[in-house]
Amino acid sequence: MDMTDMNSAATTTPSGRRQGEVILDLQNISLRFGGVKALTDISFNIREHEVRAIIGPNGAGKSSMLNVINGVYHPQEGRIMFRGQQRQKMEPHMAAQQGIARTFQNIALFKGMSVLDNIMTGRNLKMKCNLFQQALWLGPALREEIVHREKVEEIVDFLEIQHIRKTPVGALPYGLQKRVDLGRALAMEPQILLLDEPMAGMNVEEKQDMCRFILDISDQFGTTIVLIEHDMGVVMDISDRVVVLDYGKKIGDGTPDEVRNNQDVINAYLGSGH
Amino acid sequence: MAFFIETMLGGLMTGMLYSLVALGFVLIFKASGVFNFAQGAMVLVAALAMARFSEWSNAALGGDSLFLANVIGIVGAGAVMFVVAWAVERFVLRKLVNQEGATLLMVTLGIAYVLEGLGQTFFGSEIYSIDVGMPKDPVIMFEGLFEGGVLINKEDFIAAALAAVLVAGLTVFFQKTAIGRALRAVADDHQAAQSVGIPLNKTWVIVWCVAGLVALVAGIIWGSKMGVQFSLVTVALRALPVVILGGLTSVPGAIVGGLIIGVGEKLSEVYLGPYVGGGIEIWFAYVMALIVLLFRPQGLFGEKIINRV
Repeated sequence: MDMTDMNSAATTTPSGRRQGEVILDLQNISLRFGGVKALTDISFNIREHEVRAIIGPNGAGKSSMLNVINGVYHPQEGRIMFRGQQRQKMEPHMAAQQGIARTFQNIALFKGMSVLDNIMTGRNLKMKCNLFQQALWLGPALREEIVHREKVEEIVDFLEIQHIRKTPVGALPYGLQKRVDLGRALAMEPQILLLDEPMAGMNVEEKQDMCRFILDISDQFGTTIVLIEHDMGVVMDISDRVVVLDYGKKIGDGTPDEVRNNQDVINAYLGSGH
Repeated sequence: MAFFIETMLGGLMTGMLYSLVALGFVLIFKASGVFNFAQGAMVLVAALAMARFSEWSNAALGGDSLFLANVIGIVGAGAVMFVVAWAVERFVLRKLVNQEGATLLMVTLGIAYVLEGLGQTFFGSEIYSIDVGMPKDPVIMFEGLFEGGVLINKEDFIAAALAAVLVAGLTVFFQKTAIGRALRAVADDHQAAQSVGIPLNKTWVIVWCVAGLVALVAGIIWGSKMGVQFSLVTVALRALPVVILGGLTSVPGAIVGGLIIGVGEKLSEVYLGPYVGGGIEIWFAYVMALIVLLFRPQGLFGEKIINRV
């Protein structure tokens, strides 16, 4: 696929999902930690409303890529275009302000806080009342709290976690914690949702649930989803386009079928000689 | 009986004052996961600023209005605490995002020395007094109930009431407001807090400001009780067992912990002291803290430590 085609207007994917303009365009990204090359000259783009997967074996640079998008790491070379504008060096909370939410591979929830409070933190940026209104517990601050609380309850319903609303997340089983992590990101009403191995460490049923939620989010809210996984099967089922990384280099990019038949990808996953 | 109640009330009020200092520890720990060794130094700096600013403005005003001088003193000291909070974030914490707790702990030790040094350089190292018009005379209460009544120190009583109001306010602020929730979130996980758009630097300035204000209240009360001098720093050492007893993450815990230690200290000194030759007051708090650590490492009210394997 050449560049002109990649940037052309909306198309529809094999899955039938509508696919919009390019929202995030990563151009020739290279990232080094001292002498270690984590990413080398990687280019790909993300279109609005699509489910875009980044896959690759362990140590391929998937998480580094996600952290570049999220503003945690700053690549030494390359450009990141967000909605057609070059993005400046940024901090993670600025990415959040631009509408980029994420979940974490090793769940990073606020363990001492309840499920509701955890998801409420996702509404933080939408809250406009200042410190004094809140500290003095004035009317506007209270009303604002109620409005956002309603939104959070919707998310709780959506993710089917009503029964654990008030439980401290530290006490929840792993699969449910992953769901709360997703809920907190959803509460931000993001334009781009970054999921770092959402299925890692889950059993088959939990994986199926998670897949269903991801597809529902895409269908109901039209959120652009960027997904990291190393479980090939899951990724091929739910994503529209797939980027494959290996040793920090891009070795494949296209629809699941194209990627599946790509010889470099087969070699990377199964070892050469197959 | 009257004597027992008198001793206990005295203990409760001293305990409330311990709680005030303990509160400063808890606030910063809750919001940044840092055990702040500089809390004692902050009390000292706040009290010094308050004493000197009101002294200078009193002189400038010709000694006419003690009230106005005190207001200027409080505003001045408040401003100093804000600058401290801002500087701590700007020059220290900002460089240390996502660092180990132990690293941050050592850093607060450093901050303590810097604050003690700078505070005394700017404001002098003599003994100063704070006079906010607290009534010094004791009152006798419950005369109808007991023979001779119960002797209560008015100053202690007001201080205790003030501390209670402060605590109630802070509890609501932390548990019920969005900013309180953001502060708790930052304490729990820096990375995750940033990912939902909570800016760490702003949050830290807010927390250190609140801790600074609590230090100011503690500084004013302790200062007007025993004079503003370097030994105020050691008040923080008294508050240490209080936080351990009450739990590092609990605002109400700081209060109850303070009360338990205040009362325990006084009662044990009066009733057990004679048998062991006195001096119990000095070590009682630490022994209490040790015993609590044995049975409840998270303190009486601290968040339960959950470790999933």
